[in-house]
Amino acid sequence: MGGTFAEKALGRSVGRTLRANEVVTVEPDFCMSHDNTGPISRTFKKIGVKNVWDPKRLVVILDHGVPAPSSDHAVNHKEAREFMREQGAPHFYDVTSGGGVCHQKFPEEGFALPGQIVIGSDSHTCTYGAFGTFATGIGRSEMAAAWATGQIWFKVPESMKITATGRLGRGVSAKDFILKVMGDVKSDGADYMSVEFHGDGIENMSISERMTLCNLGIEMGAKNAVCPPDAKVLDFIKGREKSADWEPIWADPDAVYAKEMTYDLYDIVPGVAKPHTVDNYAAISEVRGTKIDQAFIGTCTNGRLEDLHAAAEILRGKKIAVRTVVIPASWNIYREAMRDGTLDALLDAGCIVCNSGCGPCLGAHMGTLAPGEACISTANRNFKGRMGDKDSFIYLASPYAVAASAARGEITDPREAIGL
Amino acid sequence: MSEVLRGRAWVFGDDVDTDLIYHNKYLAETDPKNMPQYSFEYYPGKENFAREVKRGDFVVAGKNFGCGSSREHAVYCLKEAGVPVILAETCSRIYYRNAINNGYPVLFVKGISQAIKDGKISDGDLLEVELETGTIRDTTNGGTFHGDAVSDLERDIMASGGLIPYLKANKKRGAGD
Repeated sequence: MGGTFAEKALGRSVGRTLRANEVVTVEPDFCMSHDNTGPISRTFKKIGVKNVWDPKRLVVILDHGVPAPSSDHAVNHKEAREFMREQGAPHFYDVTSGGGVCHQKFPEEGFALPGQIVIGSDSHTCTYGAFGTFATGIGRSEMAAAWATGQIWFKVPESMKITATGRLGRGVSAKDFILKVMGDVKSDGADYMSVEFHGDGIENMSISERMTLCNLGIEMGAKNAVCPPDAKVLDFIKGREKSADWEPIWADPDAVYAKEMTYDLYDIVPGVAKPHTVDNYAAISEVRGTKIDQAFIGTCTNGRLEDLHAAAEILRGKKIAVRTVVIPASWNIYREAMRDGTLDALLDAGCIVCNSGCGPCLGAHMGTLAPGEACISTANRNFKGRMGDKDSFIYLASPYAVAASAARGEITDPREAIGL
Repeated sequence: MSEVLRGRAWVFGDDVDTDLIYHNKYLAETDPKNMPQYSFEYYPGKENFAREVKRGDFVVAGKNFGCGSSREHAVYCLKEAGVPVILAETCSRIYYRNAINNGYPVLFVKGISQAIKDGKISDGDLLEVELETGTIRDTTNGGTFHGDAVSDLERDIMASGGLIPYLKANKKRGAGD
């Protein structure tokens, strides 16, 4: 009997063969935290340990409220800065043009590596599965404990295998696929599980698209989500690696799964998650014409260059009908989009472009919503009131669909906007 | 004979996400003692929870309680309010780990999601909960429910009062000092 990705990746870490439901203690290769580093450092100090187990394994990227929207945020940033200095920890990404959203910067900087174990004090840490990394979100206390001991316990998860064949049609994106999957699996359907994406449909996808898939693993309850570490991954990480101790690992063909599902990507149509749950799926045709007040293109889910290109493809030469906030997921992406004319196209259309960071995704700043307002967003959560007032509404969709909807002021099938 | 906890039920549905429990606009708050005032502010019909919850009251919920963010605020705000245990059909992975790591029990209760939908357990019902056996009696409605016991490691961590006190008591290999 072969192993699943999770069994093999955790097994590699402990040096023996593992099966689902065993409990193991592993040493994480990297520990990612963001603005919550300050509070974690306070908990860490309570343990009574002076130094973190390995300062080179800490990666801290400020993104949740940057630049600080309040003095409380500023205090958290200050504590993070001071702690990293005290610990002599080198991997600190402050509020500079070298920063961005943590889940974008972490792979860009070469910390997401095949076969490694990454823990992050943010639920969307599962994004790094796009690089064949076993990556999962944890809480603050647990991160403080991992810093102190260099260890964390896991139950080896059972696995769900999602196979995709074929290719997505024009105007349809990886976001539409994963919204459909979330609608089928439901928000707790992969609770505690490792979600594996298989098939030529995944191989056909770019790294950016695979990050979108893995990013949303947590929205089905998954412990982690992962794509095969193929040539595209190896090509991406080449020259960026922040560690030499990695190894491409993938599930064996005879691995045992708790659940298996198959999709033909030709069948996927533009979709949305309606308010207020991520699994409230509808094909876009069902909600076409719904009035919106704001559009948002950005976040760790869909703020990459390809996503901005998709939005610009729709909006070039048009004018937006509702306010549209664009936030590139990192400053590297920001600059590339600036150089290749993408930002100009979006600005010409009337969009505003804000600095890299999480922005309004979690209601901190840069586009929060008033009572009764609806926003169509490329983000990952549409929980009630997440982007502002409790009586506001969030529709999750692809960058194509968000841009097409921004141009009309109502939810629009992007295939109409590109003349299909 | 194990200890019996008695209190009123506050009843919630399925998929109670972390923004409903503790909204992200209060994330910059870092002192757990200040967190209960924001509990369930965004949950329709439970805006009064923070004001009216009494120490000893129970949170009763359906499937997937605590889905979403990794914020520990969503555990602290209930623990600090004096809610002694969460009774839910299932709970998200990160929420569950955060609860255990803070010495805060969650009982997984089979059938409670449907019982909530059927009105067999309602706001204000008086409950008796035995953590040792996982038995829950609704003395208002007359129903009885059964929760799953936790694993040994989880029990050890909770018995220490959470992960940080557990580590202090069991300082072992790998500690960086």
